[in-house]
Amino acid sequence: MSAPVSTTETMNIVIVGHVDHGKSTMVGRLLADTGTLPEGKVEKVQATCRRQGKVFEYAFLLDALEAEQDQGITIDAARVFFKTAKRDYIIIDAPGHVEFLKNMVTGAARAEAAVLLIDAGEGVQENSRRHGYLLAMLGIRQVVVAVNKMDLVDYDQGAFDAIVAEYREFLAEIGVEPLQFIPVASRTGEMIARRSDKLTWYDGPTILEAVDGLSKQPQQENLPLRFPVQDVYKWGHRGDDRRIVAGRVEAGSLAVGDEVVFWPSGKRSRVASIEAFSAPSVERIGARRSTGITLTEQIFADRGDVISHADAPPAVANRLRVKLFWLGRAPMTQGRAYKLKLATAEVEARIVAIHRVLDASDLDSSTDKRLVERHDVADVTLALRRPIAVDRAEDSEATGRFVVVDNYDIAGGGIVSAHKLDAIAAASGAQRRHALLGHGPALVNIRGPAERGRAIADALEGELIGLGNLAYVVDEGASPSVIAALLDAGLIVIAPGEANLVDPPAPCVDVALGGGEGDVILDADVSAAAACDAILGELASHDRLRQH
Amino acid sequence: MSQLQDLEDQGVYIFREAYKHFKELCMLWSIGKDSTVLLWLARKAFFGHVPFPLVHIDTSYKIPEMIAYRDELARRWGLTMIVGQNRKALADGMGPERGRLTCCTALKTDALRETLNGTGPRMRMQHPSGEYVEDTVREPFTGVIVGARADEEGSRSKERYFSPREHSGDWDIADQPPELWNQFKTDFAPGTHVRIHPLLDWTEVNIWEYIEREKIPIIDLYFDRGEGRRYRSLGCAPCTGSIESCAKTPAEIIVELRHTKVAERAGRAQDKADAYAMEKLRRDGYM
Repeated sequence: MSAPVSTTETMNIVIVGHVDHGKSTMVGRLLADTGTLPEGKVEKVQATCRRQGKVFEYAFLLDALEAEQDQGITIDAARVFFKTAKRDYIIIDAPGHVEFLKNMVTGAARAEAAVLLIDAGEGVQENSRRHGYLLAMLGIRQVVVAVNKMDLVDYDQGAFDAIVAEYREFLAEIGVEPLQFIPVASRTGEMIARRSDKLTWYDGPTILEAVDGLSKQPQQENLPLRFPVQDVYKWGHRGDDRRIVAGRVEAGSLAVGDEVVFWPSGKRSRVASIEAFSAPSVERIGARRSTGITLTEQIFADRGDVISHADAPPAVANRLRVKLFWLGRAPMTQGRAYKLKLATAEVEARIVAIHRVLDASDLDSSTDKRLVERHDVADVTLALRRPIAVDRAEDSEATGRFVVVDNYDIAGGGIVSAHKLDAIAAASGAQRRHALLGHGPALVNIRGPAERGRAIADALEGELIGLGNLAYVVDEGASPSVIAALLDAGLIVIAPGEANLVDPPAPCVDVALGGGEGDVILDADVSAAAACDAILGELASHDRLRQH
Repeated sequence: MSQLQDLEDQGVYIFREAYKHFKELCMLWSIGKDSTVLLWLARKAFFGHVPFPLVHIDTSYKIPEMIAYRDELARRWGLTMIVGQNRKALADGMGPERGRLTCCTALKTDALRETLNGTGPRMRMQHPSGEYVEDTVREPFTGVIVGARADEEGSRSKERYFSPREHSGDWDIADQPPELWNQFKTDFAPGTHVRIHPLLDWTEVNIWEYIEREKIPIIDLYFDRGEGRRYRSLGCAPCTGSIESCAKTPAEIIVELRHTKVAERAGRAQDKADAYAMEKLRRDGYM
């Protein structure tokens, strides 16, 4: 007998909504009414209920945990499976309690589509709005809205229509177009898997029909190549000398022989092979595949790099304008350093500007808030410690969204709406000091009679500072390491006597008083003013003076 | 591309994240089908290599074929094999007759915790002799890869791919960090460790489909060897029952699974001892 081929399609859907609006009951119904549960599961839960003296509810099927049953609220985004004739579903039941928003985010981020529940009696509540907003940020574009507990409002069309009008308006503000509004009663199972004779005024699909009507997410294959480097392996044992650049193709595709560019460095190489263990060898590999490649030319590549083709590179940036949500107990504050993880890159990030903080529950925005608190959504600018490869989220999902780590835990996440490269911020410390001072470091070594040399040195220091240059006279005999440190700090160092720097880390102007060899040769009795003019001229020719 | 391919790619991605971030990394290998698929995925992720030790907890009550199969595969694939055992409890006469939950707690939960945190003995296999000698390395493992699947039991469906644990093995289900966009919890405080679950999204059928597709050499206790019975889930000999089945190949098992509604672990006695037995074992750190 040959194995049945796994042709069934799978879809991840999430069920969200305000606490007590009936998510667990709906999921329990979906499991029971599609005949998906293992034999004995319903009976087992019913027996537990009897023992605990509780009335059985469909929600209990999910509430397998002691802690949960005690509190009567769903704690985590449970993953359960059910199937229809069309395909298999992994259904993520996300908690509606605001305390567990991080679990809702965890669940929803994995989903391809969402069913959002609103209680027909209670109407649109805080988390109905917050969840709607988060779905949009998480990139969930397919949303079905279920107006639940219709049985408790006597299946009243007016109640349904009012909620539809209010919530549709809210979703429009945040750019979400729901696919469907469906009146349901999870407790009785009406409009879940079967229609209802009490909802004759509604002629749209049931929940199951609506869910089967959702489309799979478009493939990422036609987008430009984005292959973040996860790791580089060279095992070097058991006869394996391959150097493999490993990662997942997040978008586009890659073929043997392709020229590829590594970002942010911009280094180029060519794909020599696509590697795999115990699998047929392939010439091309597409989006979503975890793979590894070898290169024709060995270049230094490391985790955090993003590989692209030359004609469609990502940006290289260190300033990101982002929309982020915050879940951490401690607020996110301006100026504090956080770890940002974007694709496989990790970089220190700070908020340099808070443009808008949004209370996601009612879309009240505040522009004068100086911090981002738990459950807030904010529009901020982040400064990164070094440039990374990045895209706008709308151009490339995987390289356009990030999480923020605070104190060991992921505390927030967001999407990139704009980016730029701040050249000064991107430069090395030495380059940045140069930019700050307006001149680079230089060493002026004045050899000759000690007293005369010192006088000229002091005069030169005064002149240079007067011209806006940072200059400093060291004592004769100052140690070469002190001079080197001052030069590294970007100063123009004036050293009377023999400086004895073997390999000075900056241009050197050698001044010889009373003859000998040097860049500037002066008489021993030259006036300080004349000496200064000559030396300043030489420094200017080395481009070492501040430009005004 | 098939769902199976997506599952493999996600598993491989998780393995590589774990290897990159955890210096003291190990994988629990129970010899069962799930953790043997996990082992195969590791070889996929690292192009034939398994660059971390495999930890097996030997209760001494395991079905003997399991130990023979373990050592054979470890030798053939050049695996770093570490075996842990609660010797004190065994010397004290611990066994299933003292109560299943008591026995599981001592020989699995306690043994696992002490092997992972380095307070218990670790026996390491020598290559190529296959002899086990006591390991002098007792560094606590900070990353532990396990083959748990979300569809097995209610409690397991609450897991993250990267799930933090206190060193006691405690699992604070109510307060787990968020996990999104394939960004995982890879930063951890001293004194804690992280459980890593590359198979979280797999179902029992997926496991068998993958075994079939990859021709993974799974232990033959899962197949009917002529007696009309086979094991659907492996554990200790006294507490694991076989089921009536004539399935002799992965393909036949897949057909059988598509037509059954009996829960996978129905043959496992410890699940029935208490409605929340699994949950308790799990909170205590039992895989």
